Amino acid sequence: MINVTMTVNGREMTGEVEARTLLVQFLRDHLRLTGTHVGCDTTQCGCCIVHVDGKAMKSCTMLAVQAQGKAITTIEGLAAKDGTLHPMQQAFRDNHALQCGYCTPGMVMMGIDIARRLPDADEATIRHQLEGNICRCTGYQGIVEAIKSASAVLNGKQEGGSHA
Amino acid sequence: MGEFAMGQPVARFEDPRLLRGGGRYIDDLVLPNMAHGYVLRSPHAHAKILSIDTSAAQKLPGVLAVLTGQDWADSTFADLPTATGRKRRDGTPMYRPPFPGLVKDRVRYVGDCVAFVVAKTIAQAMEAAELIEIDYEPLPAITSTADAILPDAPRVWEETPDNIHFVHTEGDKAATDAAFAKAHHIAKQRLVLTRVTAASMETRGAVGDYDAAADRYTIYSPLQRALVFRAELMTTLRVPESKIRVVAGDIGGSFGMKSGVFNEVGIVLLASKIVGRPVKWISTRSDSFLCDAHGRDNVTDVELALDKDGKFLGMRVKTIAAVGSYTQPGSESGPVGNLGTLAGVYTTPAIDVDVTAVFTNTNPMRPYRGNGRPEAAYVVERIIDVAADEMGIDPVELRRRNLIPPEAMPYKTALSFKIDCGEFEKNMDMALVMGDYAGFEARRAAARKRGKLRGIGVSNSIERAAAPGFEGSEIRFDRTGSVTVLSGAVTQGQGHETAFKQIVCDDLGVSPNDVHYLQGDTDQVFFGEGTGGSRTAGIGGSALKMATTKIIDKAKKIASHMMKVDDVECVEGLLTSRSSNRSMTMKEIAKASLDPKNLPVGMEAGLNASAVYTAHVQNYPNGTHVCEVEIDEETGQVELVEYNVVDDVGNVINPLLLKGQIYGGVAQGVGQILMEEIRFDPESGQNLSGSFMDYAMPRAEHFPHITVKSSPVPTQTNLLGVKGAGEAGCVGAMPALANALVDAMSHLGVKHIEMPATPERVWRTMEAAKAARA
Repeated sequence: MINVTMTVNGREMTGEVEARTLLVQFLRDHLRLTGTHVGCDTTQCGCCIVHVDGKAMKSCTMLAVQAQGKAITTIEGLAAKDGTLHPMQQAFRDNHALQCGYCTPGMVMMGIDIARRLPDADEATIRHQLEGNICRCTGYQGIVEAIKSASAVLNGKQEGGSHA
Repeated sequence: MGEFAMGQPVARFEDPRLLRGGGRYIDDLVLPNMAHGYVLRSPHAHAKILSIDTSAAQKLPGVLAVLTGQDWADSTFADLPTATGRKRRDGTPMYRPPFPGLVKDRVRYVGDCVAFVVAKTIAQAMEAAELIEIDYEPLPAITSTADAILPDAPRVWEETPDNIHFVHTEGDKAATDAAFAKAHHIAKQRLVLTRVTAASMETRGAVGDYDAAADRYTIYSPLQRALVFRAELMTTLRVPESKIRVVAGDIGGSFGMKSGVFNEVGIVLLASKIVGRPVKWISTRSDSFLCDAHGRDNVTDVELALDKDGKFLGMRVKTIAAVGSYTQPGSESGPVGNLGTLAGVYTTPAIDVDVTAVFTNTNPMRPYRGNGRPEAAYVVERIIDVAADEMGIDPVELRRRNLIPPEAMPYKTALSFKIDCGEFEKNMDMALVMGDYAGFEARRAAARKRGKLRGIGVSNSIERAAAPGFEGSEIRFDRTGSVTVLSGAVTQGQGHETAFKQIVCDDLGVSPNDVHYLQGDTDQVFFGEGTGGSRTAGIGGSALKMATTKIIDKAKKIASHMMKVDDVECVEGLLTSRSSNRSMTMKEIAKASLDPKNLPVGMEAGLNASAVYTAHVQNYPNGTHVCEVEIDEETGQVELVEYNVVDDVGNVINPLLLKGQIYGGVAQGVGQILMEEIRFDPESGQNLSGSFMDYAMPRAEHFPHITVKSSPVPTQTNLLGVKGAGEAGCVGAMPALANALVDAMSHLGVKHIEMPATPERVWRTMEAAKAARA
C-alpha cells in the first residue's frame, strides 16, 4: 500500500492506496466524492473528467499516485460556499444541457477547461473539443450552448444570469 | 398565467442537485458490510458446459461464495420471467425457453451468465473468477437474423428446430393482394434494420439486500418501472410482492433497456441470501456490450403499390425480427407492438404485415427508444422515396398526394391506429419552409462546386404513445404546509420532477422550494406502471392533475367552513371568497386541516390525495423531419449539415424539456444511420463491437444545430391534451437521414444504402453505382 496526499477541492486529503488504484477510484471509493462518474473502461466517454492543477484530466486514466501533491477539483468543488452555482453549472441549467445527469460532471469540467483555453471558441470548435465526452441523452445541443454562454461569462464578455 | 403554467420554459428543478455531483446512481450506493460480485460470462456463442470446477476460486482470500447454474437450480428461486402470449404460424403456442439466472449445462450467447463470484472486494472477485475452470464443448452458432430460418441453421433451442419463436400477422392480406393486382407501379426494397445498443452512460447495476430476520428482499437497481418490476420479480423469488422492495434511485439513462428483470438482479438477491450481506454488481462498459439487451435488428422486405397518379393502393411488409437467445416480458413487443406506424400519415387503404420472430445466439432483445416505431417509420418513409425516384415524382409531392387530411379525423388506418387528431400537411409545410426545401437545388449546386454531394431528406412520422394503461400519483401536505409529490412514473432523465412540480405549483400555488418529488421506491409509491412508451406526460401527468383537483376540492370545503362562506374559488392555489373579500393560501389550509375545529363534520384530517388515471386510448404524436447532408465524394465522409423538425406532441408542458427529448431522439436516430452497429462474427458468434472503441457513438461534432418547432394539435385523450414526446425524435430521424443520403447519391444511380452509412460503405456504394453505369 502507498500513502498519497493531494489537495481535493481545497482540502488536503491523505489515503492509503494500492499501486493500481486509479484516481477516480480514490475519489469515489476512498473520499466518497461520487459526483465523478465512470462511463466506460477505454477512456472514451469523459464522465470521469476532473481538474488536475487546473487542467481537465480523465481520472480513469490516471493513477492515484500520479496525483501525489497535486490540486484536484471535482464537480463537488465548483459551487461557491453559499451554494451559488459556478457559471458553467448555471449555464448547463439555463440551457437544459443535462437530462439523466450521468455525463454531466465530466461535461461541466471539460466545459470549464474549454472556456479557459479557448475563450473565443465558436460552436464548431466547442463541438470538436468535446470529442472525448459522450452524452446519450441531449444530442449535445444544450451542452454546446451552455459552454458557449458560460465561456462568455467566465471570460468577462457577458454578465452571468439565469432565466430560471 | 403563472410562472410554472403549461408551456413555460421552466429550468429543471433536478438540475442543481445533479450539477453539484449529488446524483445517487447505483454505483454510488454503499451499504454496511456490502460484498461485491463479478459475473463470469460465456466466451462462446453456443456450447455445452461439460464441467465447472470452482474449487481454486473458492479458496482465494476474500471470496465469500462462488455460485453456478447448479446453485441457481438448487435454490428456492424460480427462473426469470419470460415473454408470453404469441403463437407460431400453425396456431400452436410459442416456445418459452427457460431463463435461469445462471445457466447449468449450455450457453447460448457470448455473455451468457455462467458463474458469480462474491468477494469482499471487486478485485478479489475478478481474480477468483479467473481461477474457475470450465470445460466447454463448442457448438455451431447462428447470429444472423436473416439466416436463422434457413433449413441448415444451427438450432438455438432444440424445441424450435426452425428457430422460429412466433409469427404475427396484421392487416388485410386479401385486400392487399387485390390492390397489388391493379397497381400501376410496385416499388420494392429490402431494408436491414441493424442491431444497436442503448449504451446509456450509466451501465446497469444492482445491489441485492436480503433481510433474513424479516424474510424480505430489497433490490436497488436502475429501472423504468418499479412496481411492475416488483410484480415480475415476485415470480422468480416466489414470495408475495409485499416481501419485496424495489428502489430505482437516480437512473443514468435507459431508453427502454433497463426495463426487464435481468439475470444479475436475481443473482445478487440469491447471493445476498447465501452470504448474508448486501451484494453489489456493476457492469463495466465492456461487460455491458456482452450482457445488455440490444435493440432493433430485423430484416424487412417492403412493397408499395401505386396507381398511375402516385396514389398508394397497398403495402406489403414481410419482416424477420431477432429476439435473441432468451425472452423477457415485453421483448416480444419490439417486432410487433408498434406496427401501426407502418401506415404512416397516409391513406393507404390496404396493408399486409407478416412478422417472423427468430431465436439467434445473441443477446436478448429489449425495447430501445421507439421500440418498433423507428423501424416502421423507416420502412414506410424509405419505400415512399424509392417509389418517388422510380416514378419520377418529387418525394414531397408524392407524400402530399397521400396524406390523411385533417377533415378526415378521426381516421382509422389500414392497420391498428385510430388517429384522433393531427394536421400532417401543415407539419410538412412548416418543416419544408424551415428547411428551405424550395431553395435546395441551389445549395446542391453550390456544394458540388466544393466537391461535396449534397442531399435532402424528408420524413413524416406518427406513432402511438401512452398505450392504454394507468398511472398513480399522490400529493401529501405535511404539518407545516410543504409537500411531497409521488408518482409511479420513473424518470431516467426526461425531467419528470420538473414537469410534475410545474403542475403542482401552478395548480396549488405552492413554491417549488416547498415540494419534494419522490419516485421509484415501491415502499413509498402506492400504485403505478412506470415510464416507457412515451406515456408519462399523458398518463402520469393526468394522474397528478386528478390529485391536484382532489386537493383543491377539499381545500375549498375547508376554506368555506372556516370563512363561513359558500363562494370559495381557487385560482393558482389561492382560495378566495368574493362575498367576504377573504382569502387563504393552500399552505394555510394545509396547516389548518390538522385542527379538528377547522374541518366540516365527517371530513378526514389533512390535505392529502392520491389518484389513479386510466388511459383507455392511446394518443398519436406526429411530425416532419427535414435534413440535409453533404458527402465527400473522395472519402465517403458524411456531414449532417441541416436539421429541422416540426412536431405535434399536443399541448407542451415545458418547451425546454420537449426540445431536449427531440434533440436526444434525433441523435440516437442519426447514430444508428451513420455509425452505430452491434456486429457479430458470423463464424465464431463473437461480439466484434464490444467497447466504445469498436462501437461508434455519436459525438457533439457529428451534429449541426437542430431546430425544433411545435405545431400542437391538442388531443382529447387525456386531461392535459398532451401527446407523447420521448420517442418522436428518434422515429423521424432514421428515415429522414437515410432519404437524404440516397438523395445525395441518386444522380450516380444509387437507390439505397444500408445503415450504418460509414465512410467506407458510402464510398463503396458510390463506386459500385458508378461501375454499374460505366
